[in-house]
Amino acid sequence: MAEHIVSGLRATISVRGRLEAELTAEPGETAAVIGPNGAGKSTLLAALAGLVACTASVTVSGRSWSDPPRPVRQRDVGLVFQDQRLFPHLSALDNVAFGPRARGVARGEAERRARAWLDRFGIADLEARRPGTLSGGQAQRVALSRALVLDPALLLLDEPFGGLDVGVATTLRIELARHLRAFAGVTVLVTHDAIDVLTLADRVVVLDAGRVVQTGTPLEVAARPRSEHVARLVGLNVLREGTRFVAFSPTVVTVSLREPDGSARRRWPGVIAHAAPHGESVRLLVNGEHDLLADVTLASTVELGLVPGRDVWLSVKESAVDTYAEGA
Amino acid sequence: MTPGSVRLGRPPVVLLVPALVGSALLVVPLVSLVLDTPWAGFWGQLTSSAVLEALRLTLVASLSTVGLCIVLGTPLAWLLSRTSFPGRALLRALVLVPLVLPPVVAGVALITALGRTGLVGHLLYQWWGITIPYTTTAVVISHTFVALPFYVLSVEGSLGSVGDQFDTVAASLGADRWTTFRRVTLPLVVPGIVAGAALAWARSLGEFGATITFAGNYPGTTQTMPSKIYTALQDDPGVARTLSMILLVASIGVLVGLRSRWLSTS
Repeated sequence: MAEHIVSGLRATISVRGRLEAELTAEPGETAAVIGPNGAGKSTLLAALAGLVACTASVTVSGRSWSDPPRPVRQRDVGLVFQDQRLFPHLSALDNVAFGPRARGVARGEAERRARAWLDRFGIADLEARRPGTLSGGQAQRVALSRALVLDPALLLLDEPFGGLDVGVATTLRIELARHLRAFAGVTVLVTHDAIDVLTLADRVVVLDAGRVVQTGTPLEVAARPRSEHVARLVGLNVLREGTRFVAFSPTVVTVSLREPDGSARRRWPGVIAHAAPHGESVRLLVNGEHDLLADVTLASTVELGLVPGRDVWLSVKESAVDTYAEGA
Repeated sequence: MTPGSVRLGRPPVVLLVPALVGSALLVVPLVSLVLDTPWAGFWGQLTSSAVLEALRLTLVASLSTVGLCIVLGTPLAWLLSRTSFPGRALLRALVLVPLVLPPVVAGVALITALGRTGLVGHLLYQWWGITIPYTTTAVVISHTFVALPFYVLSVEGSLGSVGDQFDTVAASLGADRWTTFRRVTLPLVVPGIVAGAALAWARSLGEFGATITFAGNYPGTTQTMPSKIYTALQDDPGVARTLSMILLVASIGVLVGLRSRWLSTS
């Protein structure tokens, strides 16, 4: 059979007992992988990098990495971890120059390339510093430079903004988005954060218990989640009704102390489990047949005495819900 | 008194007495050694040719031992910590046997391996006419035999606590295992290497049983400080005490050097 050239990433990965997943992305695209803890996100990255034993078919830029299996050293990957893993005994510059040096580039040229990347991330003045003396955001910029300096075919980012202050993460997210637009390879981004998905990703893969439960563009997935996890991530209520899903925003949920006698067909009794300020209103988590979110005004919280432990009824109007099929 | 003893009352006699006896057992001999050392003739004895000979041999043997431990033990610790192969657990257990082996048994074992009729020794003799027992080489080999496990254990512990996460990163950046070892792994375990070398040096300084069994006790070639002390004790106790004093100071030097790593209670 004649081999046809596949650009971008085509991967089918099976790690026994942990993960069965397919992942594709075109050159220059960023695929976000989201899902609850233990869903297999990091395992997926490790398998793409060649760090865990798996049965896989991985093709990147037309080359097979799985037949025969290539060791991580011969995969053209850039790895960035939440905890950076910068070499603690090397300066920022030597960390970034490590890859080019290991691949046989002369010292002067390797340092020139490393310096160029540190400069792009605005931290050229920190090149002599050891990782231990850098802030979290600075260290993550060094880690990103170290991965990008090799211009990898596949850039693997494992929660790159986890553990950073919100402000630092926001700035770095904007910088990274700019570099990813210019990046020709495929990026796979594991994240817990809906903002990462919406700002950085071209497509989303939702993993749950080791399986892909949804794929699509960020807007599709955010508007019509098909898993509890994504629903929570984007702040929507999602119910499964047979083969269909029903989604509605917490803002359209009416909270009352007695069973509502109006026209609302969808109504559920429940107990308030949690109440927290959310913007200008209060967001309630109500446990019942389904666990649902409801936003109420501060005034009605006080008026109705909506505190954890209180029995309430929730209802939504049919006109306020979005119903879609499983496969849509 | 610590605040704890103020709050919780006096220590009970049943614990206090054994603790004090134990301390005395450890401290009194050291104090008496210092008191009994013939300080007046100290310098004269120190510079006597027999003592200098033993001192020189001890230095040569212990430094060679440390060198051999670093050259052989670092790769061995790496192999045990960073690779998997059939029999790795068994090899690890065997490597640690000399830690608990009586030194005389170590000496006998070395004779059976490297003696002129030994398993390896008879080949060395047949092929190259090399005889190892009762030479300075035998001293270094027996010292290395007993010191290497301490060194390997220390470096392996250090490799374990650094973990292989940086090795993984280096591999993803294109480094082969030798480059990774040289540029990443080795620099990160330097503290373990230093501590292991100090332990090996201390073990070598005091080695007596295996050495005297395998290498004998010949002034100038195999008589190290402990052997010299043992001999001197029978005809000139003053020399024995002087030499013991020197070894005590050297041991305390090692202890002070390691203090910050292992002996800090915080």
